[in-house]
Amino acid sequence: MESSTKMHTKGLDFYYNDAQALYDISLEFPQNRVTALIGPSGCGKSTFLRCLNRMNDLIPKTRAKGEIMLENMDVFDPALDVVSLRRRVGMVFQKPNPFPKTIFENIAYGMRVNGVRDKALIAERVETSLRQAAIWEEVKDRLNESALGLSGGQQQRLCIARALAVEPEVLLMDEPASALDPIATQKIEELIISLSKALTIIIVTHNMQQAARVSDITAFFYMGKLIEVNNTDTLFTKPELKQTEDYITGRFG
Amino acid sequence: MAGNLQKEINKIKKNILSLGSMAEDRFKKAVHALKTNDTTLAREIIASDVEIDELEVEVEEECLKILALYQPVAIDLRFLIVVVKINNDLERVADLAANIARRIKTVSGTGTGQYRYDYAPMAEKTGLMLKMSLDALVGMDADMADRVILMDKEVNEMRNQAYDAMKTAILKAPEQVGQTINLYLISRHMERIGDHATNIAEEVIHLIRGKIVRHGI
Repeated sequence: MESSTKMHTKGLDFYYNDAQALYDISLEFPQNRVTALIGPSGCGKSTFLRCLNRMNDLIPKTRAKGEIMLENMDVFDPALDVVSLRRRVGMVFQKPNPFPKTIFENIAYGMRVNGVRDKALIAERVETSLRQAAIWEEVKDRLNESALGLSGGQQQRLCIARALAVEPEVLLMDEPASALDPIATQKIEELIISLSKALTIIIVTHNMQQAARVSDITAFFYMGKLIEVNNTDTLFTKPELKQTEDYITGRFG
Repeated sequence: MAGNLQKEINKIKKNILSLGSMAEDRFKKAVHALKTNDTTLAREIIASDVEIDELEVEVEEECLKILALYQPVAIDLRFLIVVVKINNDLERVADLAANIARRIKTVSGTGTGQYRYDYAPMAEKTGLMLKMSLDALVGMDADMADRVILMDKEVNEMRNQAYDAMKTAILKAPEQVGQTINLYLISRHMERIGDHATNIAEEVIHLIRGKIVRHGI
């Protein structure tokens, strides 16, 4: 089934000081699809991911050139409110990073920052987000306990619920399961697939089997360049380029 | 990890090629036994089929182990899937060679007037198909595999010629119908060996070009 483009980059270059980290990246992210970014460490996939909601703005002496569009919105528009961009393009990080607050407050916090004051609405949204992140049943009786008491896998799902609470359209995930055990990883993977019905998901992963399991499209990065982007099925059975094949079969370098 | 995977894959390559040469050897011997009415050699072929069966099981188990432990992708994944299929084809080729050997005793009677059929051209063509399909696998040669697929029709036609010849022979000497039917069945076995060589060639094409070419798709 065809899907319209939710977000795209065109000719994107990125620099840390004078060191160029990304070269001319043009990539489209179809709506309600999971796109996996793979490649060896230092290939630029996480840098690229952080460009998409301008998280790199927080790093001094970095600059980007080229175009990133979220539908019709220019992500690099100087007049753009970055907070509102990050509300639309949420992010989940490698290590679960819950706030040292209660489970309830972890989810409610983002809404409050975004100006939501209606207590009933907040309570409703907390429940919905926890349900969407497949953790509601495990925490519903201890919403007022500290989030730090949850297991690693639960903390990561809580962080996903927190990202979902502000109703983003795109979710960026930077190795969201790399610190988790296989059972917790499986739960996150199932969650990614079910969330893609409502969201556009872009995930960076070092685990190639994970990319193969959860994504519809896979993009292979190497040394700051986009080498091949293809349907995940094709990329893992019959990649078009030898360089891709050498990487995914472990013959690299 | 990739180094270990490559070691395992190289071991499988070695085993599948051994199986290929064993199957080819059994077929050559069956053809020779047929030509020379050598029932001792025929018995040897039948008795040694178990070696091929054992190696077939070993190759399949190795493939399953690698799939479970390494979860290979791309060319490595296609290679293992193709090996599982070729493994099966080679085991069947050896079975068919044993089937030819089993018929030799029945058709090798020396009675006067017994119908003879010259299987040399068909055996040569079938043997060539089998050899070329294995050469295509060893040399990763998709063009050679293409040629094997084209030869299948010729072998099928030779089977049809054998059928017509046997039909006439049965009408001429109905009292030898049992022997003549057994003689005809040898052409069926050879034709099936040609089919398995074709399967191997198709798998080699899948391995190299990543495209499944079975059923004329």
